Amino acid sequence: MSELKRKLPDKFPRKPASAGGPEYILRLFVSGILQNSVRAVRNINLICEGYLKGSYKLEIIDIYQRPDLATSEQIIVVPVMIIKSPLPERRIIGDLSNVQKVLEVLNCL
Amino acid sequence: MAPKSNQTVVSSKLKKAPSGIKGFDEITDGGLPKDRPTIICGNTGSGKTIITMEFLVKGALMYNEPGVFMSFEETKEELAANMESLHFDLAGLIKQRKIYVEYLEIDKSQNIEAGRYDLEGLFVRLQNAITSIGAKRVVLDSLDALFYGLDNNAIRPEIRRLFKWLKGKKVTAIITSESDNGFSTKDGLEQYIADCVIALDNRTVNQTTTRRLKIVKMRGSSHGINEYPFSIDLNGISVLPLMSQLANQSLSTVRISSGVKDLDSMLDGKGFFEGSSILVSGSAGTGKTSLAISLINATCKKKIRGLYCAFEESSSQITRNMRSIGLDIDQYIKSGVLKMYSSRPTIQNLELHLIAIQKIIEEFEPKIIVLDPITNLISEGVNTEIRQMLAHFVDFLKGKNITILFTAAITLETVKSNPSDEGISAMVDTWILVRDIETNSERNRGIYILKSRGMNHSTQVREFVITDDGLALLPIYISADGILTGSAKLEHTLQKEEQHKLLQNEIKGRTSEIERKRKMMEENIALLKTKFESEVAILNEIKVESDLVAESLESDKLEVTDLRNKIRSSSEKSKNRNK
Repeated sequence: MSELKRKLPDKFPRKPASAGGPEYILRLFVSGILQNSVRAVRNINLICEGYLKGSYKLEIIDIYQRPDLATSEQIIVVPVMIIKSPLPERRIIGDLSNVQKVLEVLNCL
Repeated sequence: MAPKSNQTVVSSKLKKAPSGIKGFDEITDGGLPKDRPTIICGNTGSGKTIITMEFLVKGALMYNEPGVFMSFEETKEELAANMESLHFDLAGLIKQRKIYVEYLEIDKSQNIEAGRYDLEGLFVRLQNAITSIGAKRVVLDSLDALFYGLDNNAIRPEIRRLFKWLKGKKVTAIITSESDNGFSTKDGLEQYIADCVIALDNRTVNQTTTRRLKIVKMRGSSHGINEYPFSIDLNGISVLPLMSQLANQSLSTVRISSGVKDLDSMLDGKGFFEGSSILVSGSAGTGKTSLAISLINATCKKKIRGLYCAFEESSSQITRNMRSIGLDIDQYIKSGVLKMYSSRPTIQNLELHLIAIQKIIEEFEPKIIVLDPITNLISEGVNTEIRQMLAHFVDFLKGKNITILFTAAITLETVKSNPSDEGISAMVDTWILVRDIETNSERNRGIYILKSRGMNHSTQVREFVITDDGLALLPIYISADGILTGSAKLEHTLQKEEQHKLLQNEIKGRTSEIERKRKMMEENIALLKTKFESEVAILNEIKVESDLVAESLESDKLEVTDLRNKIRSSSEKSKNRNK
């Protein structure tokens, strides 16, 4: 947690959980134990727990387990996080180590 | 590292995955390196997608190797529609699970980069696709989409990994890439990581575009090093191999009639060799087409399939014209023994013509081909290049034991003025020259065989006439004034006949004269004889008379003596009496 805090800006508006289901629906596609993917999983967990607590739904999908989803979701590079909600749908590719960028896209800044 | 050294041994005897594309396997010595990735690069519209798709379609249909097509540029539906216009039943093959097509979309605008990533998604989908149909062939079309959609620095090592991965999967793969200028890829990198690079090019010279293919490298294999023209039509790609196959030719000793009896007799009495190349040359209007049609007519009669490529006249014009000299080739066209290919040389250039013809040859399998005339094709391009192409085409036909006859407006005079025309001579086995002989303001045709390899051909010049019943050769007339043909010959013959008649008359006259004289002589002889005989008779009479005279003389003498005696006595008597 201390590691993440160093990266994050001090001022950080926490979004409260809304009544009707999670505001953020995130889908992270990874590939097994590859370095980039392992890092991405760790990073997204920290981001979600740190900033979206209570208002998100995160799905982590291993494309080796679900190649059908890799096809239907047009996955070519991993890791990739698809922001299903809020719309419009966006994709963040990479291990999410650029947290600032991720938060920007999530409109958390 | 035992396995590695083992690999190098294998690579020296590289296995090939045949493409099934016309001409391509010849120049690549059997196809693409089996179980290895190949890069095909080319500029926009050079036919990359089509050549790769044909590789998969032919692989599935001809070699029972299912294929995966990973498309970065066109969706499955677009591809299927495009390939349908090329007579590839892609949708059907997909249904039969012989081909698997997947569209991979990379939208740069949608992707936000936030850290490091890899191409594992592509790998997973590839793996999934390969296992789903047991693919042996894989196509990725094209790599540029990756470079365009993603950060190049991140992608480069991943592409390297992709090639390695593909090698490990034991699939024959083609990865296409855009080329910048000429025969190199935009990124350059791929050339170092692929064992085989093939470049396609699409260039326009004199407002005609030619597609060309070149094998840039093929590790561990021999391959053609030229640029090979290729064409794309409804049936896919055809490459015109320029490789010479002289060594593999198996020669035939079978002879085929030229359709003109007298010409056969000039050719050793038997005609042309099967599978040989024949050139009929001569200036305009010397009957080259008629000779060519004669040959076709003769072979079609024997149910030998023939292909007639007309570059000056339409096929209907030829059939009409030939009917006027008693050659009805229309019946053979209708019965399917003869195929006509007529096209203006200006529409396409030579290589495309040759490709089109080569295609017909492969489908129709004719045993005899006529190109009439070849000079029209030659006019279409740079001389040396065309000649080389023709030479290779002739070699290709010889390799298939197909007899080829081409006509050309080449005369010995033009050969002198344009020595490169003689280059044609090297590739023909039999060269028949039809020449104008112009005398007394009349043009006649003389025909002779300039050369004919492997036979004891006639060296005579014969007169060549086109009659209502076809062609005939007449013996040439040689007089004190030189060679005579046509009306001069006729005139000369008439003159001779006149002279002959005159002489005959003279002989007749003189014979009767002699006869008359003989009679006269004989009459004279008879006259003389009678004269002589009468004289002899006279002589004899005289002789008899003289004998008689002599006799009487004798008797007279006696009488005289008697008489004297008598007289004496009487006188004495008288004397006595007187006394």
